[in-house]
Amino acid sequence: MKPCYINSAVSISAQDTLDNSNFLENTISFEGQLAKAIHPNYKLFISPIASRRMATGVKMGIAAAKKALELAELETPDAIITGTGIGCIEDSEKFLNAILDNDEEFLTPTSFIQSTHNTVGAQIALTLKCKGYNVTYVQGAASFESAVLDGQLLLHENEAKTVLVGGTDELGKYLINDIILAETAEKQPITTPFGEGAHFFSLSQSKQNKSFAAIKGIKIFNKATTETINIKVEDFLKDHDLTTEDIDAIVLGKNGDTFDELYQTLQYSSFKSIPQLHYKHLCGEFFTASAFGFWTAANIIKHQYIPEVLKLNTIKKSNYKNILLYNQLKGQQHSFTLLTSC
Amino acid sequence: MDALKKELKESIIEQLNLEDFTVEDIADDDTLFGDGLGLDSIDALELIVMLDKDYGIKLTDPNEGKAVFVSVEVLATYIAKHRTK
Repeated sequence: MKPCYINSAVSISAQDTLDNSNFLENTISFEGQLAKAIHPNYKLFISPIASRRMATGVKMGIAAAKKALELAELETPDAIITGTGIGCIEDSEKFLNAILDNDEEFLTPTSFIQSTHNTVGAQIALTLKCKGYNVTYVQGAASFESAVLDGQLLLHENEAKTVLVGGTDELGKYLINDIILAETAEKQPITTPFGEGAHFFSLSQSKQNKSFAAIKGIKIFNKATTETINIKVEDFLKDHDLTTEDIDAIVLGKNGDTFDELYQTLQYSSFKSIPQLHYKHLCGEFFTASAFGFWTAANIIKHQYIPEVLKLNTIKKSNYKNILLYNQLKGQQHSFTLLTSC
Repeated sequence: MDALKKELKESIIEQLNLEDFTVEDIADDDTLFGDGLGLDSIDALELIVMLDKDYGIKLTDPNEGKAVFVSVEVLATYIAKHRTK
């Protein structure tokens, strides 16, 4: 597949990432179990009348999407593709609790309307008055990668020249407590906090003045073990005429749980001699946290610099051309993403 | 009646997420829809549910709704006359 070009990368996360002049310079450490997003002044992106019904995830998504288009100097993309693992959980919780509290009576429409997973993509389209292709992928920890893959296919098949892709998830108020409780019962639970965020990227079919990196390949698969992961990564790289020797840094979605052994297998074998990076201690674990990793890798290629806070080892490279991302959740929903300089 | 008007303004702000409004910002005779507070059809549904839930008033005639939701003043008068709780 032809590479597609990244013209902007925007992150709203638990770190101060919306400000593009600061690439993880002053990061926050988290003591507790939650890493809540740092919210911008949404009035700069959404009118008060429009924003009054929007939950956190929708506001984050619209703000990140609009900023991504602004940085790419693009008014309206040909397509908007969104990934989300848990959708608008805040409004889902509000609506379901209202059903219980009011004995299935007195149900108001707002939270129900806003509770579906595709609300973010739809609201972005409404805000931009974009009537083009609009799809939301809900594929667990591979939701963002599914959106990127679809974007890449659209550009490859010449069905779009510009695509806005992103991932967004919000913490909500209730379900997250049950997830934390269930995780605590695990023998080796997730040790990073649980987080939220919105990440959007403007992609194009051809290289533009604003292009600073390219997506060379992406692969999603549901099963892998410590015995097969090295073969899978070698096969993926071979598909793109590369070997493990060609990779300048690997970005790993480590979250501290027992399935980190998959990442460790790659760390101690195929990629033991290159910079190894992690990021979920900064943004928290959530279904589209890998979009933060994607944002990180794109910025490393752009700045040719790795912030200290990301490093798992001390190996340095003079040039960061090819960066590989690997993410999985609970040993499922694996993805490889290969970014390259352009 | 003044207490009811204040209660209604607080409910409208909370139910309809009018984050930038305070009770003082809404005059008793401000029109709720159109040029006034700028409420829309989804807000109308929210208000109909509020009347049922908080005051036991079931609005079934759309024309009646139009007349009742003109302003806080009109709404409070209607509630005072028809409330069952």
